[in-house]
Amino acid sequence: MSNRGKSLIAAFRSPVGKKVLTGLTGLGLTLFVLIHMLGNLSYLSSDPDAYNNYADTLLNLGPVLYIIELGLVAFFVIHIVIGINIYRRKRKARAVGYTQYKSVGQPSRLTISSKTMIFTGIIIMVFLVFHLLSFKYGTYYETTTADGAVVRDLKCLMTEKFQQPLYAFGYPIVVILLGFHLRHGIWSAFQSLGATKPRLTPMIYTIGVILAVLIAVGFLFVPLYIFFSQESFSCVLPS
Amino acid sequence: MAKNMTIHLKVWRQAGPEAPGRLVDYTVKEANEHMSFLELLDVLNEQLIKEEAEPIEFDNDCREGICGSCGLMVGGTAHGPQPRTAVCQLHMRHYNDGDTIVVEPWRAAAFPLIKDLVVDRTAFDRIVAAGGYISATTGGAADANALPIAKEKADAAMDFASCIGCGACVAACPNSSASLFTAAKIAHLALLPQGHPERTRRVVNMVDQMEKEGFGDCSNHAECEAVCPKGISIAGIATMRREYMKAMLSS
Ligand code: HEM
Ligand code: FES
Repeated sequence: MSNRGKSLIAAFRSPVGKKVLTGLTGLGLTLFVLIHMLGNLSYLSSDPDAYNNYADTLLNLGPVLYIIELGLVAFFVIHIVIGINIYRRKRKARAVGYTQYKSVGQPSRLTISSKTMIFTGIIIMVFLVFHLLSFKYGTYYETTTADGAVVRDLKCLMTEKFQQPLYAFGYPIVVILLGFHLRHGIWSAFQSLGATKPRLTPMIYTIGVILAVLIAVGFLFVPLYIFFSQESFSCVLPS
Repeated sequence: MAKNMTIHLKVWRQAGPEAPGRLVDYTVKEANEHMSFLELLDVLNEQLIKEEAEPIEFDNDCREGICGSCGLMVGGTAHGPQPRTAVCQLHMRHYNDGDTIVVEPWRAAAFPLIKDLVVDRTAFDRIVAAGGYISATTGGAADANALPIAKEKADAAMDFASCIGCGACVAACPNSSASLFTAAKIAHLALLPQGHPERTRRVVNMVDQMEKEGFGDCSNHAECEAVCPKGISIAGIATMRREYMKAMLSS
């Protein structure tokens, strides 16, 4: 056998295989956060039911939604396990550090973002638990839309949460850290998958940075809008 | 007339692998701008010998940037601040009178320290032995034109083949990864028909060996390319990854 009987699992545990998986899961998660960000913007729509209808459409996907959620969980787990493994091996690979260390700059891509992937990542991980408990598994309010449908009132739950300073200012901090993660992450994922060419690298890097900024900024609008408008609201529990 | 300079150095001294090490202050009063950095260390060593102190051990051989023996962290950067320059070719004209320069050895668990600034880089030899070779028939040399290779391919292969194996990529990498070194060999041989027979097992075995030696994984910081005295591109690392995936699919 040409690769000397290396199993697929062993291949994915190799230094190259790990990067391929980090890159694939990283890009998958990036696509997810991009869609999530665009979906959130529907809160600001002139149609008061837009957000709840969007959420209801997703909830009504039924088994398809479960498959997507299962996929997301798998992507997060693989991404996190490998991310931590790379970090631990890196710590072991240099037992004695340098007294002085300076990056030489171009063409280096060493930035505060690239150096802090594990820290921004772990903050996102901890945040994720808090976030799911606050919303997905948060209070179940109900409302009747203009079409007469009874749906979960996630919009009201969002208003309730983001009128509190902890949410209104905590969330922006996390999404900015996510932006830093993606600033290095997007270009890095392409390089990890071998999907780069020297001529295209500067372009891929720049597009990655722009996308990272768009995602972070896109997530900022809704929390800040809710906090600063402080509109009165009353959420209704199902009877 | 060469300008005379005084240079202060903080050099890592360590008597042996297990001995404690520390930075020691030295001053060289007779440095001049035409000296290479290694010549500065030679002058310092003469000074130390006269004082009957132990001279500083550092690796070097050709002193013309082609053998890859030299390798020092100078001022926090592998091979010093001059891009695409091995430290033997770094000249003191890039420094000013009165400068203080910190000199440390390559730091990586896979490059155990032997003495002072000398580290053991045989891990690289074992990575090459794992697959960085081709099979060639012995006997009379084959006609060079018998195997046509496009000029662009030959040039690209040469860019990767220019690796001198100094280890600066590992030293500068925040993860102490040997990916650029390993990838340079793989990309070089993947571009040429001579490399074809062992192509699949080469990438798998070299990557395996790289991991076994205890080098860290690559996080795409690209610092390696920036410090490489030969300017080898991380495009080679992308090639290594494609080669690896192809090898897995063709099993
Ligand atoms: C919404 C969530 C996340 C997104 C969109 C995301 C995205 C990405 C992307 C695109 C990469 C580049 C992949 C590569 O280098 O091949 C990456 C790398 C990384 N991610 Fe995440 N990530 C997320 C969450 C996390 C979490 C929760 C962790 C927790 C540990 C984490 C840790 C890391 C680490 C350590 C790396 C660098 C891997 C390396 O050094 O090569 N990420 N991420
Ligand atoms: S001594 Fe040979 S490359 Fe520097």
